[in-house]
Amino acid sequence: MKQVVVKNDLAAAKKPEEAILEAVRRFGYGENCTFAIKLALEEAVTNAFRHGNQKDPDKHITVRYEIDATKILIEIEDEGPGFDPGDVPDPTLPEYIDRPHGRGIMLMRAYLDTVEYIKGGCAVRLEMFRKE
Amino acid sequence: MAEQTSRLKVSEFDGMTIVEFSDRKILDELCIIEIQEELSRLVADKPGIRLILCFKTVEHLSSAALGMLITLRKKIEQGGGKLRLCDINTQIFEVFKITRLNKVFDIYPTIDQARNNF
Repeated sequence: MKQVVVKNDLAAAKKPEEAILEAVRRFGYGENCTFAIKLALEEAVTNAFRHGNQKDPDKHITVRYEIDATKILIEIEDEGPGFDPGDVPDPTLPEYIDRPHGRGIMLMRAYLDTVEYIKGGCAVRLEMFRKE
Repeated sequence: MAEQTSRLKVSEFDGMTIVEFSDRKILDELCIIEIQEELSRLVADKPGIRLILCFKTVEHLSSAALGMLITLRKKIEQGGGKLRLCDINTQIFEVFKITRLNKVFDIYPTIDQARNNF
């Protein structure tokens, strides 16, 4: 897998995000797939920056990816304490629907084939298989 | 006459305020904070605002942008105003449907339909 380590900065994280999207287009994945990967990357990187690394500029975000004609595999890792995704409430429940946060994981799960938290929740593994 | 700000194009029509986005992507935090600040100023200046947000130009939207819209809706309703969304493309409407926010927001297919009886 290719690996890129960037400072905990959303602008710095754009570079590996763009490289991944460029590879997704190069392997001929369609518009819907590109939309899904772009959305999932944004959500995963924002979670790493905000929740994992707590916006600490001295921490880093590690992006690993492997893209070929059959599948897209991405891992986003932060340097935070980790978390249990089971603790994140369902944002569609009436008591949470009006909250401004907490929809990122749900969106990633809706669009991708695999969203798996590893390393105690410090890293998320995103996987999408070619369907078209 | 439309007023062009850095992130939004704001115009008035028959007592309604219509806002179009300058960005095709409402994804990253900086962009969202700037949009939120501009919209908050607009709402604070016009208690009871009838605001239509037109998504015609928008191709990407993140969960942070959805959060910004939820906060905006609360502020508008607290001031006695109303918010309608319109012209949302199929891919972005799917994001609203997945999160069930299509049941929370007042969403219209076109700007003409959003203006009707508002």
